[in-house]
Amino acid sequence: MDHSSLAGRIFRGVALALVLVFFMFPIVWIFLMSFQSNEQILRIPPHILFEPTLTNYQALISGQLRTTAGNLEISFMRNLVNSFVLSSAAVIMALLLGVPAAYAFARFKFRLGESIAFTLLSFRFAPPLLVLLPLSLYYQQLGLSDTYFGIVWVYQLIALPLILWIVRGYFEDISPDIEHAYRLAGHTWREAFTRIAVPLAGPGIAAAGLLSFIFCWNNFVFALILASADKQPVTVGALAFVTASGIQYGQIAAAIVLSVTPTLLLALYAQRYLVEGLSLGAVKG
Amino acid sequence: MARLDINAVGKSFGPVRCADGLSFAVEPGEIVAVFGPSGSGKTMLLRMIAGMYEPDEGDILVGGQSIVGAPPERRGVGMAFQNFALFPHMTARNNIASGLRARAGNEDVASRVKSISKLLKIEHVLGHMPRELSNGQKQRTALARALIGNPDVLLLDDPLRNVDAKLRYEMRLELPSLLRRSSAAVLYVTQDYREAMAIADRIAVLVGGRLVQLARPEEVYARPASVAVARLFGDPSINLAEVEPQVGQGGLSADVAGTRVRLDSGDRTGAQGPCWLGVRPDDLVVTRNAGDDAIPARVVAITPMHERAVLLLRFADGSEWLAALAPDAPVASADDDVFVRFAPESALLFDRATGLRVGQPDRRQAA
Repeated sequence: MDHSSLAGRIFRGVALALVLVFFMFPIVWIFLMSFQSNEQILRIPPHILFEPTLTNYQALISGQLRTTAGNLEISFMRNLVNSFVLSSAAVIMALLLGVPAAYAFARFKFRLGESIAFTLLSFRFAPPLLVLLPLSLYYQQLGLSDTYFGIVWVYQLIALPLILWIVRGYFEDISPDIEHAYRLAGHTWREAFTRIAVPLAGPGIAAAGLLSFIFCWNNFVFALILASADKQPVTVGALAFVTASGIQYGQIAAAIVLSVTPTLLLALYAQRYLVEGLSLGAVKG
Repeated sequence: MARLDINAVGKSFGPVRCADGLSFAVEPGEIVAVFGPSGSGKTMLLRMIAGMYEPDEGDILVGGQSIVGAPPERRGVGMAFQNFALFPHMTARNNIASGLRARAGNEDVASRVKSISKLLKIEHVLGHMPRELSNGQKQRTALARALIGNPDVLLLDDPLRNVDAKLRYEMRLELPSLLRRSSAAVLYVTQDYREAMAIADRIAVLVGGRLVQLARPEEVYARPASVAVARLFGDPSINLAEVEPQVGQGGLSADVAGTRVRLDSGDRTGAQGPCWLGVRPDDLVVTRNAGDDAIPARVVAITPMHERAVLLLRFADGSEWLAALAPDAPVASADDDVFVRFAPESALLFDRATGLRVGQPDRRQAA
């Protein structure tokens, strides 16, 4: 730090500021837009200074969208609740299925083990649109389409591989001797799993759970095809703002702010786990 | 109080044979050191007894009951690991108590943890997490955890490997009495022959998965079963020379670096033909006077080692031996010409083809 010249420090400051502005500006702009009316937003040139209004948030929360073409019912708050329910249920299910599976892949060598693990990861490679058509067809046959369970189930394609591969790395980092020691002290393998392996992989499980929550929350295309209006999450619900009388930029901005806030708060709260968790090798004896 | 029996145990990993017909027994209250170079199958043997691996052949019995196939938690086996393997998310107290919670319920856990930690001098750190402990305290915590359940069989996998020299020395003195209190059958794996000699009642020497010698420490040192065992025991290690002993006038003798040396001692029948002659550096006498059986040599270098001086000697034929001299011996200096002598009783002879020791030198009766 101290060996750099003045010019170097200035250059670094400018470069940092540029990067920061480039990435942060859209977010700041959206935040500002959410407090403006549609007319204020569409002014050319745009103004930095404006009279803030809460009408956008009022409209979203009350569910009444007033446009020049008349009154429109929107179900944004319901979408928000849906997002919560769907993402949480998907992550809980993925943890219940994925953590024991990750343990198995980490600790035991079995036939086709690596192939199975890789196949699960490959779900993340395929573009979702590729599987959507067959998926929607047999979802209709099975009666899964437009059910919460159906969407939670399809979200496993997003959450399960992530949890499996991150948590597996964690389990592999725990010395098997620690579990052996616990078993020799008179505990069954199940107890060794729940009281030794899972707590020690805790930061990794938290990080994987958080990441998959965010990915599920941000998913658009699965819910668009497989869910009807009353089960749609916010990402799909935002389409409602493209109305006959024009695009409601103010409401869209407010909706974005509202839908980003929960994941942002969650990430901030869990930042410690995320950093600790994503930089593997957090377990030391 | 149960005896540990290992019966013809064998185990292979692909082409690697890491246990080959291992058979021996450990009595309750006895400490057997399992000694050998790395890769000789010491740790694998412990892991088969602990139930992390199952033997391919043979049987392992505790108190006459086979434990092969039983899950680790039902084998009555306690173990201390080389890397401690403490539970990082539990305090030292809970680490130690983990063995009791499962077996004995909760009534006297506190008092037993207290007494075992007093014994091991870690009472003051019971509330600490493992990462706050020094390596020595970690090792003591791991030992307390292994001891507290009063296991029938106690396995110690090189427990002093990762602790500093001072503590290692201290533990070498403390461990035997500590282990004998538990009256468990103890297997103690180590790569340090001094540790094995200090702690064990008997030493089992493993080489390449085979039991090469099982005897009292003094016996292994004085009468190694093979040239490989002789090489592993002793620091500086034993001097070896290729000889062909012959029976002549005045008994058995051989050419060592061009000098005829008497080797006649005890029962040396069969000690003819190609042999290795082994003489420990401590058994060499270095003088300035020529005489019978004295091999001329030149001092190449002198290094202090512990309380002794170690001399590197070169013979006329170019071979080199080490001599360890007592502090009061007249120390020669480099480039001096000297004469080396050793008592016939201190010489060990090994068959060059099989590596096995031949003949009985009649000295150093096993104590």
